[in-house]
Amino acid sequence: MSTTLAEKVWDAHIVREGQDGVPDLLYIDLHLVHEVTSPQAFEGLRLAGRRVRRPDLTLATEDHNTPTLDIDLPIADLTSRTQIDTLRHNAAEFGVRLHSLGDSDQGIVHQVGPQLGLTQPGLTVVCGDSHTSTHGAFGALAFGIGTSEVEHVLATQTLPLTPFKTMAITVVGDLPPGATAKDIILAIIAKIGTGGGQGYVLEYRGDAIRALSMEGRMTVCNMSIEAGARAGMIAPDETTFAYLKDRPHAPQGADWDAAVEYWKTLRTDDDAEFDAEVVLRAADLEPFVTWGTNPGQGLPLSASVPVPELIADEAERTAAERAIEYMGLTPGRPLREIPVDTVFIGSCTNGRIEDLRSVAKVVKGRHKADSLRVLVVPASARVRLQAEVEGLDVIFKEFGAEWRNAGCSMCLGMNPDQLAPGERSASTSNRNFEGRQGKGGRTHLVSPLVAAATAIRGTLSSLADLDLPDGTDLTSFDGSPLTPLDPAAPVVL
Amino acid sequence: MEKFAQHTGVGVPLRRSNVDTDQIIPAVYLKRVTRTGFEDALFAAWRGDPSFVLNQPAYSAGSVLVAGPDFGTGSSREHAVWALKDYGFRVVISPRFADIFRGNSGKQGLLAAQVSAEDVELLWKVLEAKPGTEITVDLAARTVVCDDITVPFGVDDYTRWRLMEGLDDIGLTLQLADEITAFEATRESWRPRTLPARHLPTVPIAPARPI
Repeated sequence: MSTTLAEKVWDAHIVREGQDGVPDLLYIDLHLVHEVTSPQAFEGLRLAGRRVRRPDLTLATEDHNTPTLDIDLPIADLTSRTQIDTLRHNAAEFGVRLHSLGDSDQGIVHQVGPQLGLTQPGLTVVCGDSHTSTHGAFGALAFGIGTSEVEHVLATQTLPLTPFKTMAITVVGDLPPGATAKDIILAIIAKIGTGGGQGYVLEYRGDAIRALSMEGRMTVCNMSIEAGARAGMIAPDETTFAYLKDRPHAPQGADWDAAVEYWKTLRTDDDAEFDAEVVLRAADLEPFVTWGTNPGQGLPLSASVPVPELIADEAERTAAERAIEYMGLTPGRPLREIPVDTVFIGSCTNGRIEDLRSVAKVVKGRHKADSLRVLVVPASARVRLQAEVEGLDVIFKEFGAEWRNAGCSMCLGMNPDQLAPGERSASTSNRNFEGRQGKGGRTHLVSPLVAAATAIRGTLSSLADLDLPDGTDLTSFDGSPLTPLDPAAPVVL
Repeated sequence: MEKFAQHTGVGVPLRRSNVDTDQIIPAVYLKRVTRTGFEDALFAAWRGDPSFVLNQPAYSAGSVLVAGPDFGTGSSREHAVWALKDYGFRVVISPRFADIFRGNSGKQGLLAAQVSAEDVELLWKVLEAKPGTEITVDLAARTVVCDDITVPFGVDDYTRWRLMEGLDDIGLTLQLADEITAFEATRESWRPRTLPARHLPTVPIAPARPI
């Protein structure tokens, strides 16, 4: 029978097929753990006298709570410190490998897995974090789980799950200059809505997706959850294999050949049927920005704040009114005129080396607008080190930005990096919920390029608003492959 | 887990769609390492508003939340379910739930009952017209009874069975330990392991400081 990519990976992991409404029992290849959603799971194991079944398929990192300043000092916030200490204690007690603050492999869990080569095609990957969908960029079936499920995977290395439905999202053609992977996914979410993907695994296909680097693909898959989907996937190809080759945990020698041979079978059969299909034209995409308080409330930057009276659907109209009030916006105002107070560049969506490189290219030799602050937070310590080798940190500092240590940071404001009430950000992260980046904070989700242009001009802007020198190669900003983070590159501090 | 067959309690009309888990419990409350004691964190951003529904005496002791579509979207934090339970909620009714939230609810004995948007509107009208009205949710019959209206709700068979029997998922799975072991024997040897650790070149980390 013809099957889709998601079904192939699912079928290869069934320990026991469910019948009469009982879910399938699925084997989990890789379980990523962080400090926020794990303490109660480890406590559950301890109370039941259970062990971690497969510590060798489990990896922990500190990311959500970690400060991005003064990482050599004890964490000032006592509850954050307790949570991190709890993870350290649990990792030691249960024999789980942990990348702690100060370790060069520490960072956001969704960057650490790929950069170590642990995230591979065809795996099932779970983590107590909804952005686990990021790992689907490699053709893995990767999804977020709750703490009870974290405990379940720790104890059994399996999860009882009901099969997901499948949706194909095809992005045809080439992206225009200045549009990026982030704009693709924001446009998809605006099109299908925050509930449009509910119950589905999304498979991203088409020329525009194929042309993306692995990091661009991670950005797209990362925000599948913002469309309500359980997971997002992209079939592995030569780009995937090139990224993985020679990473520390990638297979080697004959194992590599065997793995690649298997990975090449991981694609949707030509005559397989999806439960739903969506098509987007890449040529229609332009830099996208959210104006409201959910990621589906987004528009091209050239548009204006919606006028609620013109929205026919009552529920949507009410939601828009509420969002516009919270965001402190005026209906009909061009998005380009909205001034921001903070530009945040980072997160598991857009805190990778290519994101930092593209921002550095735009801001090099310039100075930020006086009216705002700019935070640059690499996704992992390794990304930070790589950026410093390339001198990107110097470019950012000369631009007037703050260069920080790795972590989730202002994406969700669990550490001191927060917006003040009423403060407005242009953020390369993934959620613009009320209060997400700090109580009363107002978030506009943007691509790294829009973040860079906004930091220069002070209002929401794209590259088109900048007076770029003649001959500036805009195509280098289009999300096409840049040099991958070289694991073997010497790092000099 | 406690068995769940039927529940009767005051209904709370929450006329909002897309109530994401950041609204149910903001991230600053996620730093605790316990599984209980999250009642103060529930809807923390809204609780300061005197007009918020839970601040009205007739609703403050509610245990059945009736919300708009796409309840529980966003972050996977199970704390959202713990906060609802700690506050006293036993049932959440919505036309559509986010997948992870629904899964988390089922594990914790909080019933996520799916009711059509039209029926939710009916429930809201009753609860708003007569604050303090009780709702009876019958898991066996899959019905929601509120005043003189009775509407059906959806819940998947497996979750319903586990809730009614009060069964623990992990205990059920561990009965299949032999099958898990047999499956493990079939896994290709090249599939990645986190141990022993294979590091990138280890580099001492100095703090990056702002200018």
